[in-house]
Amino acid sequence: MINLQSVRKVFQTKDGEVKAVDTVDLNIKQGEIYGIIGYSGAGKSTLIRILNMLERPTSGTVTIGGKNMSELSSKKLREARQEISMIFQHFNLLWSRTVRENIAFPLEIAGYPKAKIKQRVDELIDLVGLEGRGGSYPSQLSGGQKQRVGIARALANEPKVLLCDEATSALDPKTTDSILDLLVEINKKLDLTIVLITHEMHVIRKICHRVAVMEQGRVVEEGDVLNVFKNPTEPITKDFVKQVTEPEETVDTIKQFISEFPEGRIVQLTFIGGRAGQPLITELIRKYEVDVNILQGKITQTQNGPYGTLFIQIKGTEPALARAMEFLNSVQVEVEVIHNA
Amino acid sequence: MLSTWFPNVQWDVLLEATKETLYMSAISVVITFFLGLALGLALFLTSPGNLWGNKFLNSIIAIIVNVFRSIPFIILIILLIPFTRLIVGTMLGAEAALPALIVGAAPFYARMVEIALREINKGVIEAAKSMGATNAQIIFKVLIPESTPALVSGITVTAIALVSYTAMAGVVGAGGLGNLAYMEGYQRDNADVTLISTALILVIVFVIQWIGDRITTALDKR
Repeated sequence: MINLQSVRKVFQTKDGEVKAVDTVDLNIKQGEIYGIIGYSGAGKSTLIRILNMLERPTSGTVTIGGKNMSELSSKKLREARQEISMIFQHFNLLWSRTVRENIAFPLEIAGYPKAKIKQRVDELIDLVGLEGRGGSYPSQLSGGQKQRVGIARALANEPKVLLCDEATSALDPKTTDSILDLLVEINKKLDLTIVLITHEMHVIRKICHRVAVMEQGRVVEEGDVLNVFKNPTEPITKDFVKQVTEPEETVDTIKQFISEFPEGRIVQLTFIGGRAGQPLITELIRKYEVDVNILQGKITQTQNGPYGTLFIQIKGTEPALARAMEFLNSVQVEVEVIHNA
Repeated sequence: MLSTWFPNVQWDVLLEATKETLYMSAISVVITFFLGLALGLALFLTSPGNLWGNKFLNSIIAIIVNVFRSIPFIILIILLIPFTRLIVGTMLGAEAALPALIVGAAPFYARMVEIALREINKGVIEAAKSMGATNAQIIFKVLIPESTPALVSGITVTAIALVSYTAMAGVVGAGGLGNLAYMEGYQRDNADVTLISTALILVIVFVIQWIGDRITTALDKR
């Protein structure tokens, strides 16, 4: 659906060249929710704007739905943009228009007749759950409602691709989740390809099928969300994964525990997919003569299945410990011994 | 009662003068609005990084605007005499004041339009572009509607400036309340005529300000 080949974007500044996007190759499939994560300044905002040519790439090709975007005439580009809509961090609604009029805006641009616009706006208001708010002005809405208007407006022209530019970064956690649920819903209902950029791993974890990690204009790591969670290779990816798998205080808690109870082994278990639901610990205690002490644990749901981490302390005689470790290694669980290996 | 307080005021003449002032102000405000809006849009759109970003064109328009905005109005009237004769045919009467009024006020309003347009959230323009809007659609569906409160308060200020310009134009023969205050009031030493002309101009200004404020508030949904 979307294909990027060696895309570069260089800005000339007083301090010399800045490579905002540095030789990026991406392939995004039809119907997929694709996340691009990075800290601010990583080049993800520029990258997403290259997709609809709000920023022209310095070199490289962008193909969306078979069209080479940078070669389109300005008329063809405007037509193509009607199929690639965008939502924004700060919503970018027209304050002078009501909710209905804002949603009608792209339809007016596309030249729909009045009656058709009215009917389509009604459908969209229902779709995003804004019944009864059609006559309100944006200033009378909450952040979450404004983003719903943004989404309705973006869907008005029945686009094939939806670009989300930090669409939840200005919202509180609860509203963020409701907007993310809405995005998943429209992705399934309309078979819409969604590309989103974010700095929150939570967003990737909750709705994305695949993820690309950006750092200094480059894509440093890419793949299925669950695989990236399982085997993050780059330090930056490990940082992002930790944002959602480990509660912030984990490291401190474990350190504290080790200094107080130095005996036994501290083990980190990582469960991927189906294994996350199995009674592994019960089995461990029943079959082997060891004591197990659970220190910290968390199970996280992703679009491709659950992902969990569990920190345990195992105590027992050396042979018993060895057998227990053997058992843990034999089941499909990632085992990492943190203390007393 | 009125004739004891204002013995020298000829009421029919005063009424005529008020009509002339209103006429000159109204026509010049309307034309200044459209001309200033066009010039202001041109200034904004040709500025670097904008829809028609063009440094050369932008500086040409900026120079024209700055020159006409800087010439004192009373001098502008004199400078424009040949031009006025050419298009109006005379230097007398309310019509003859219009070219100078418009040439003096339009650049002033153009700068206010430019400021109003700069205040628009860039993200909204970007959103319109991302929907495939043409430049004309961006101008008429985004730029102008999103800046209406500032455009209206700007034209209110300009209209008030125009009322005082008409008084100056009156001195050089355009008629109106300024002319009345100067010719009948000052020159013939009739202080009551000057006073009542001033009072009427003040009333006109207050009414314009009140209407302008009302419209601005009603339009602003932010």
